[in-house]
Amino acid sequence: MTPDRASLGASFDRSLLLLVPATLFMVVLFVYPFLYGLQLSFRPMEGGGWLANYARFFTTDNLWGTIATTLKLAVPATVINIGVALPIAYQMRLKSRYQKWITTLLVIPLTLGTVLIAQGMLGYFGPRGWLSQTLQFFHLYEGPIRLTHNYWGVLISLVISGFPFAFLLTLSYITGIDPTLPRAAATLGASPWNQFRHIYLPLLVPGLAMAFALSFVQAFSVFPSAVLLGSPAGATRVISIAAYESAFEQYDYSMASAVAMVMGFVQLVVVAAILGARGMFYRGPVSGGKG
Amino acid sequence: MTSNFSELRLDRVTRRFGLGKNAQVFTALDALSMNIQRGEFIALLGPSGCGKSTALNCIAGLLPVSDGSIWLDDTRIDILPPEKRGFGMVFQNYALFPHMSVSRNVGFGLAMRGVSASETAQRVKRALDLVQLNAHADKLPGQLSGGQQQRVAIARAIVIEPPLVLMDEPLSNLDAKLRLEMRAEIRRIHKELGRATIYVTHDQDEALSLADRVVVMKDGVAQQIAAPHTIYSQPANLHVARFMGYRNLLPMAVRHAQGETLWLEGSGLALSGRMMQPIASSGSQALVAIRPEEFDIASEPGDNSFPVQVTNVEYCGHDNIVDVQTLAGMKLIVRSTARCEVGHNVLLHIAPNKVLAYPDDGSAAP
Repeated sequence: MTPDRASLGASFDRSLLLLVPATLFMVVLFVYPFLYGLQLSFRPMEGGGWLANYARFFTTDNLWGTIATTLKLAVPATVINIGVALPIAYQMRLKSRYQKWITTLLVIPLTLGTVLIAQGMLGYFGPRGWLSQTLQFFHLYEGPIRLTHNYWGVLISLVISGFPFAFLLTLSYITGIDPTLPRAAATLGASPWNQFRHIYLPLLVPGLAMAFALSFVQAFSVFPSAVLLGSPAGATRVISIAAYESAFEQYDYSMASAVAMVMGFVQLVVVAAILGARGMFYRGPVSGGKG
Repeated sequence: MTSNFSELRLDRVTRRFGLGKNAQVFTALDALSMNIQRGEFIALLGPSGCGKSTALNCIAGLLPVSDGSIWLDDTRIDILPPEKRGFGMVFQNYALFPHMSVSRNVGFGLAMRGVSASETAQRVKRALDLVQLNAHADKLPGQLSGGQQQRVAIARAIVIEPPLVLMDEPLSNLDAKLRLEMRAEIRRIHKELGRATIYVTHDQDEALSLADRVVVMKDGVAQQIAAPHTIYSQPANLHVARFMGYRNLLPMAVRHAQGETLWLEGSGLALSGRMMQPIASSGSQALVAIRPEEFDIASEPGDNSFPVQVTNVEYCGHDNIVDVQTLAGMKLIVRSTARCEVGHNVLLHIAPNKVLAYPDDGSAAP
């Protein structure tokens, strides 16, 4: 027995070779560029010590202010997306003949690119767009409507493009919860609101936290819509615009890398905070016993 | 909702389901009417798809009824949502809240009723004492065994002191030994609390051993509502007979009748038996139902006895399952403690009151 076991332990499991392509892919397309950018950010173009880029970022108003600007867009957009997705997905948890259609309708924006959405929004929400003309035609609102080329344009675009993602994630978490649990709660006297409050919500918290983190990361890296629908020099000068300007207007790749590193770090901090908070809640099976 | 009701009344309770787009309607429960007295234990018994769980869900309020009504004394309750009915329900998969400790699970119904914290603690403790789980009060359901989870589910359902306890195949997820233990446990708790209980099962042993009255169901229709011994010894029709273990069904012709006693011939046999359902007249076709364990091995020929040849013996510990063949080639199943050997001829005897004759409605094909 003993020699057999020893040879078993020492032998190489060939199925591990299946990991090679994925590992190569990660190394070539993520790890190497990331490490390259990281070391590049510590070699400032104009000298001044290895931290000069970071020092400049945090002392220049129109650079480090972009963190707040981006957060001001990404946090409300994520809150709206999850906040709207949750009640809709909750209603959709029960099978109905409309479910397929509504889901399809809600998910369509996922298939549109950001640029296409921006194009549509310019036509719809613009000063001479359909919305403005309709409101004026019915004399509902006579003043100028400014929903593009400012903060609101970018926020609306983030909601349109981010909602389907948040909705699909939330829906899958909700439908994963054992439907006999709320039924049991009902027989014990829980009203529909209490069934949601005491059964669904606590079991959904980990999933919602995950959906929030993913939606946030997506919104925080906003770029095309901030340029096309916002005011890239002012209210929607997000952090990715700062990186873009460094790289392609000032040709300072080192500074651009530093900005990208800061961006990644902020995302990491937020995600870590959310997942850390998630650890305070129940995480485990969402069924009520043996099935 | 008070627990001091005297009667739950089901009045032609019907539930239909629409199937898909072509609006085909399937009647899962067809006009079930019955009265359930305070403290009574009722078992709904039938194969899967017979409508027993549908009936339970209609009573619990988890499924709206399509027709008919449900009354608790003089209150019509089928129009109330489940949370207003206040019946305790035990689910097949237990449906314990996985994120709450055992004591919070049990206390959930009390919290929903706004019972004070100190009273809740007291009543939860009493309920957990009853199911002998106080040592596990702070655990999560996932940390308990199947039998323990089942007991938490029972404690959670009875702690609200419901007028009626509903149980949906509560033992079907347990292994055989635990199932027997929990069966005794459920009987003990029912005796102790005296709460009216409706218990859904497909296991005839469970139904017979637990219930005061059994409702045998098939295709959404209650076939017979009676005490266990009546169901067992006098099945109202062939469906009930087959479900209650009458495995031998012989087509025979009625020779003549006198009161409830019939003389029958067919399959190479001549037997006297009991008429269980009106059969038209002499000469009409009947199906005779006999339980394998009702046969005796006779020593000498007499009335209601006939020779058979043993074709197979299956040893079952306490007794044997013996396959036999009559001289006319009719196959029968016999359970006997006597020793039989394959190939030997034996004489079988069957008491006339154990030969149950039903009109042959063409549904005998197994």
